[in-house]
Amino acid sequence: MTEKLLEIDNLSVDYETARGDLKALRNITFDVNKREIVGIVGESGCGKSTLISAILRLIAPNTRFRNGEVRFKGEDLLTASERKIRDLRGDDISIVFQDPMQTHNPVISIGQQMVDIQHRSKASKAEKLATAAKMLGAVGIPDPEARLRQFPHEFSGGMRQRIAIAMALMSEPDLLIADEPTTALDATLEVQIIERLKDLQNDFGCAILFISHHLGVIAELCDRVVVMYAGAVVESGTVREIFHHPKHPYTRRLIECDPGHIKERARVLPTIPGEVPDLANLPTGCIFRDRCDQAFERCAEVPPLTRLSEGQNAACWLNHMEEPA
Amino acid sequence: MSPILEVKDLQTSYGHVNVLAGVSFSVEQGETYAMVGESGSGKTTVIRAIAGLAPAQAGSVKFDGQEIRGLSERAFRPLRKDIAMMFQDPTGSLSPRLTIRNLITEPYKIQGMKDRDLDAEAKRLLELVNLPAHFADRYPYQLSGGQARRVGVARALALEPKLILADEPTAGLDVSVQGELLNLLNDLRERLGLSMVIITHNLNVVRHVADRMGILYLGRLVEEGTTEAIFDAPRHPYTNCLLSANPEPDPDARLERIALKGEPPSLIKRPSGCEFRDRCPVASDICTQVPKFEVTGNHAVRCLTPLHL
Repeated sequence: MTEKLLEIDNLSVDYETARGDLKALRNITFDVNKREIVGIVGESGCGKSTLISAILRLIAPNTRFRNGEVRFKGEDLLTASERKIRDLRGDDISIVFQDPMQTHNPVISIGQQMVDIQHRSKASKAEKLATAAKMLGAVGIPDPEARLRQFPHEFSGGMRQRIAIAMALMSEPDLLIADEPTTALDATLEVQIIERLKDLQNDFGCAILFISHHLGVIAELCDRVVVMYAGAVVESGTVREIFHHPKHPYTRRLIECDPGHIKERARVLPTIPGEVPDLANLPTGCIFRDRCDQAFERCAEVPPLTRLSEGQNAACWLNHMEEPA
Repeated sequence: MSPILEVKDLQTSYGHVNVLAGVSFSVEQGETYAMVGESGSGKTTVIRAIAGLAPAQAGSVKFDGQEIRGLSERAFRPLRKDIAMMFQDPTGSLSPRLTIRNLITEPYKIQGMKDRDLDAEAKRLLELVNLPAHFADRYPYQLSGGQARRVGVARALALEPKLILADEPTAGLDVSVQGELLNLLNDLRERLGLSMVIITHNLNVVRHVADRMGILYLGRLVEEGTTEAIFDAPRHPYTNCLLSANPEPDPDARLERIALKGEPPSLIKRPSGCEFRDRCPVASDICTQVPKFEVTGNHAVRCLTPLHL
């Protein structure tokens, strides 16, 4: 029996704006099991970042939680005390951000920064430095003791992202959230980071919630995938099912659009015509209806996220054709 | 036919840092040339030096047969009609206090084209890049990344250039929007006969849009050829690593990945011999010698032990 680490249960989050409530997340449901790598894929504006900030409760003042729960080891984080949340952040749950060039303090040495984030530990400074050096070694930075004395500008982008990963893993968290950690990096470095994450996940046994819009990276790294579109989960399931047998037209189109998927050289690349709907002024029915080439009458109703098989859920009426409307 | 752009032995140094150590390539009329390499390889410097936005201490840049390296800002200005630049950061390259109308018609003002009906031009350009006409009154902060990118394209196309220099035109775009932008550029290339130099590290994009490509390592081309030839049979071990590092959107794809050792060497202390040898998976003793850029047919490589030959 797999143990659930993080459960997002029917979560809806709005932003209050002058134009009315922007419905950033609507009825999001998915789990992350212990030691599992779950990918969240979706285009800009689909709510990936809102989701992360909701999990860590690092929220803007105009954020409103409308319904649902975020449970971490069974405990609801949305109602937990500020103190409790602060204990979790960086200890049980840690995060690697998108831009490695801006993650570190430019005027403090890497060693000092790595000692500072161990402020909860009662170890001596020498021991903390030793831990820091060990972690730098673990993410593949050569000559870690000497490197600790250096400043962020003395490292390349790929090294800085690896240092960010080392810092996130130092407290041996149960859950590592990685928010597009490879987007700012080149293909070679991207691969380096993915391989490193795989190894570290193996060694430390943490679960990873990996956010990306790069399908190739998700396919390579993750066990399961959650596909988001305009603030809703449209499909979730095992990597294999999602990439080989997508059950939602959006997922299918997204995979078709990836130029890496098209083996033959094509001058004209496939696209998804239309724009993402305005979340402050939601259309009725299925959120993808306007851009969907398979939409029919029933799509005027919002389709529920339904379990189709052991490894797959999708929110599309096309999967309900046999049953009467 | 003579090439629209001919770059020969272009060199750029910032102080002691030798960023471009002699880059040569040419682009034919209507051709798309992709320049590929990792961060710090000098990709951006190449096109900035061509556009006169970065210094170039030596070498030659010929545009339409005319030498343009080292021109003063003033002497370069008339050429900006023919050579357009698309910058890397779409929103950051648009002034936040100008409306989209003003942004995309600014090139006419700079070129002193007073007879133009700017409203009509704005409308035409927005239509060209598939943006609704009412976007003319918007400000950059009201645009998504993909829309800002298209405004950048509109601005680059305003003066009907002959050559577009595009710095990572699809970085940070979602796959569906990326396809839209590349299709747009391709369509314009066919209709207007544009030539393009695209800088990118996204190899999936290169395969679909570029006719020819060059691979840059430490400010030098290490391989050049038609896109097909390079994807089919890369000759430089570095190219081979790059191609193998391309993650595929298929969980069952078993990739034969060739790991690249270490970090890119420092430009201040360039390695002796072949500059790639410390990271090269197939380096041997012979690699202490400096390899020449050897051309066989229309495929060139800078390696003493090339692959697939």
